[in-house]
Amino acid sequence: MSFKATTSAALSESPGKIALRTLSRDKRSRIALSVLAVIFLLAIFAPLYSSLIAKTDPFVSTINATIQIDGVERQVLQPSTEGLGLGVTPIGPTFTTKYFLGADAQGRDVLARILYGGRNTLFIGMSAALLTISLSLLIGLIAGYRGGWVDSILSRLLDLIWAFPVYLLSISLSVVLLTSGISLGFIKFGAGSLALPIFIIGIVYVPYVARPIRGQVIALREREFVRAAVGSGARHSTIVLREILPNVMPSVLVFVPIMVALSMLTESALSFLSVGVQAPQASWGTVINDGINLLYTRPVVALAPGLMIVITAAALNLYGDAVRDALDPKSRGRG
Amino acid sequence: MKSRKVAIFAAVAATALILSSCGNSTSTSSGTVAGEQASFPAFDETKAGGIVTFVAASAGGTLDPKVNYTAQYWQLYQASYDGLLSFKYADGEGSFEIVPDLAEALPEFSNEGKTLTFKLRSGIKFSDGTDVTVNDVKASFERIFKVLSPTAGGFYGGIVGADACLAKPATCKLDEGVVVDAATNSVVINLTAADDAISSKLAVPHASINPASAPSKDAGSTIIPSTGPYMFKTYDPNKELIMVRNPYFKEWNHDAQPAGYPDQIQYKFGLTASAQVTAIQNDQANWMYDPIPSDRLNEIGTKYKDQVYVQPLTAMWYFPMNNNIAPFNNVKARQAVNYAIDRGALVKIFGGSQLASPVCSFLPPNFPGHVDYCGYTKGATPDAPAKAWAEPDLELAKKLVEESGTKGQKVGIVVSDDDVNKQVGEYLQSVLNQIGYVATVKPISGNIQFTYIQNTNNKVQISLSQWYQDYPAASDFLYILLSCGSFTPGSDSSINMAGYCNKALDEKMKKAIALGVTDAKAANIMWGDIDQEVMKDAPVAVAFTPKQVDFISKSTKNYHFSKQYKMFVSQIQVK
Repeated sequence: MSFKATTSAALSESPGKIALRTLSRDKRSRIALSVLAVIFLLAIFAPLYSSLIAKTDPFVSTINATIQIDGVERQVLQPSTEGLGLGVTPIGPTFTTKYFLGADAQGRDVLARILYGGRNTLFIGMSAALLTISLSLLIGLIAGYRGGWVDSILSRLLDLIWAFPVYLLSISLSVVLLTSGISLGFIKFGAGSLALPIFIIGIVYVPYVARPIRGQVIALREREFVRAAVGSGARHSTIVLREILPNVMPSVLVFVPIMVALSMLTESALSFLSVGVQAPQASWGTVINDGINLLYTRPVVALAPGLMIVITAAALNLYGDAVRDALDPKSRGRG
Repeated sequence: MKSRKVAIFAAVAATALILSSCGNSTSTSSGTVAGEQASFPAFDETKAGGIVTFVAASAGGTLDPKVNYTAQYWQLYQASYDGLLSFKYADGEGSFEIVPDLAEALPEFSNEGKTLTFKLRSGIKFSDGTDVTVNDVKASFERIFKVLSPTAGGFYGGIVGADACLAKPATCKLDEGVVVDAATNSVVINLTAADDAISSKLAVPHASINPASAPSKDAGSTIIPSTGPYMFKTYDPNKELIMVRNPYFKEWNHDAQPAGYPDQIQYKFGLTASAQVTAIQNDQANWMYDPIPSDRLNEIGTKYKDQVYVQPLTAMWYFPMNNNIAPFNNVKARQAVNYAIDRGALVKIFGGSQLASPVCSFLPPNFPGHVDYCGYTKGATPDAPAKAWAEPDLELAKKLVEESGTKGQKVGIVVSDDDVNKQVGEYLQSVLNQIGYVATVKPISGNIQFTYIQNTNNKVQISLSQWYQDYPAASDFLYILLSCGSFTPGSDSSINMAGYCNKALDEKMKKAIALGVTDAKAANIMWGDIDQEVMKDAPVAVAFTPKQVDFISKSTKNYHFSKQYKMFVSQIQVK
């Protein structure tokens, strides 16, 4: 990929600046960034909401808690008074400072858990995406540039991971590592650590990013400017870092929002299946899991985090489209 | 003559005690009153036929009646396997009555209650067509030990020769403990000491009579021929279990094993509890095994109240704590858990006060030996207990954790993966975190959780388990769950999950068992004392005593409930 300026004014600007300018003028980008900014702010200020507004600890079960509504003291988990008097139902949305979206089956404030959950989901999504992209870039550059047996070995390793469906592999790894954690010499993650889902999600997506990068590097290796650099006696590391990497970066940047969205969705799925973020920690997936058992009486517990996932993933994908169009104008309209 | 008196006295005393302790309790079911003891009406051919479908989240593990120890399958064994004795087919407390099953009559006791003599009925066949013989009876008792039945030590350790069998199960021989005579069809069981609950122990599925050719190890999914009206046809623990009529069954004692109504009983596995409720609402299933999810209880308690039966149970939900590994090898740590748990909160998780009651004594209310006391409620101590649990004492719990020196330790909580169990696990995690531990919840399939938490190799620190009485005697709770004999390290059949072994109390329990033969009232007073002494050591934390909610489909008729085995599966009518 190369950047071609089309106007004389643009000739004086670097490709990066052109891309940034295009991105800042893109409506989709502005909408997506605004939505993401709001979501990030909400997640960042989760502790403030919990401690100052809701005055609750979202990680502690408060099954026997009560709340004052219109001067009347009500139980957060309300025993049934109808029919045979069976069952206990968590309080629904109060739209007040406490239990704004109601309580879950442990008597915890759902909104506080969603906000805290957002922190974990976004943190894991971004960290896993960063891990995926870093590893993919490293593998793609080495395999594509060196070729030969190095490429063969790395490619087969990628094929090996690729052979398993992403969710099947990540669930299997999570189930195995969930109770024991990971201890591979210098890498040590305890059971229940947030680093576990980051590590697992970061690994399973590597082939999906490394493969296209490797392909691009192979193509770039044969280009004239790379051959010229080789001919001039430049070191391999210099060629890779100065000639190839800058030309691969636009593709990598396009991958970033997409991978964050994908990693976030995978984390939510794992947590929903109880093999991701572990209780009492929250993520949007765990809150949906909590809400599944309340679908009949308190559907908002499952719907609200679901909505957060949809909005965040849509915003990230929209932003990804805008980034792609800004970095590769030729691809605009390809969908 | 004297021994005969002992037998009658023991039976009468036990029955009287049970009736008096249970009082006039009636179920809160939709018009069903428990407590009647009349036999079921004679089999009505016109109502027989059809397929009964039960649904559950998971299978109950091995199908071997000598090994399986779940309420889920004991309910099915009642309609398929028979012992020398059996619990009566009757509603309410009547279902605690012991009646002769494969034996012609109740046993004759002699030798001061240490010898039981039976006469095996003749003409009864297994479902594979072979005759039931006294050799099968002897082999069945030896098989209890060979397959490492979870109750081998607790229930049958008193049979002469059982000690050697417990030491070397593979070569178990009970030549002196179970003496049979093929010529007279007699079976004589010799005990090392009189046991007031021996009749009950001989009536449960672990004492069922299986063919002598049954495998000498846990049969797993392999089907062992049965004698009752139903036999197992297929069993896939991941999918379904099917029972069909036993072609060789002929009713021999209507009270022990009446003919069944459905042509087929099938159990489908893999449905969530909520899906099970929906299946029953849509008449796609007749009954569900799992607890009804809390968010569906109100719905079925109002819209479907005519199809709901709430039955009192003699059972408990409790947290066994591993007394042999940290942090619960420290009595203060265990006591801290007992003080910290809010039993009222746990009752709410289970579905509210209509469905459960908080308790902290080991013997459930309305059970022989039960004493109203709670040493682990605010303002009480194990030495100066209150009458009942009132509220948790978190501050005292935190203090005890500090004193135990276990603060900050990691604790894994192993629970079954159904909704209610997971909620209880998550609640306990919250409590343990509050009192100073770093707790994690490990939900595992209900298929394996019960055996997993028994095996010391799995290093389970604390778990959630349930105990439903095997028979109505205090020994079934205290001796079975907490005696040294019930603890087998490294075995999946080690029902003493806490690994608690207090030799002095063990001796006292044995004395109570022996005393029960001659003086049930005094024995139960003794059991009450043992209960309180055990709980001073706090090997477990008892949470609540549950009630059974049976939700049946509209087309399901002839519902009857046994306090022993829950709903009588063979008596369901769908035609």
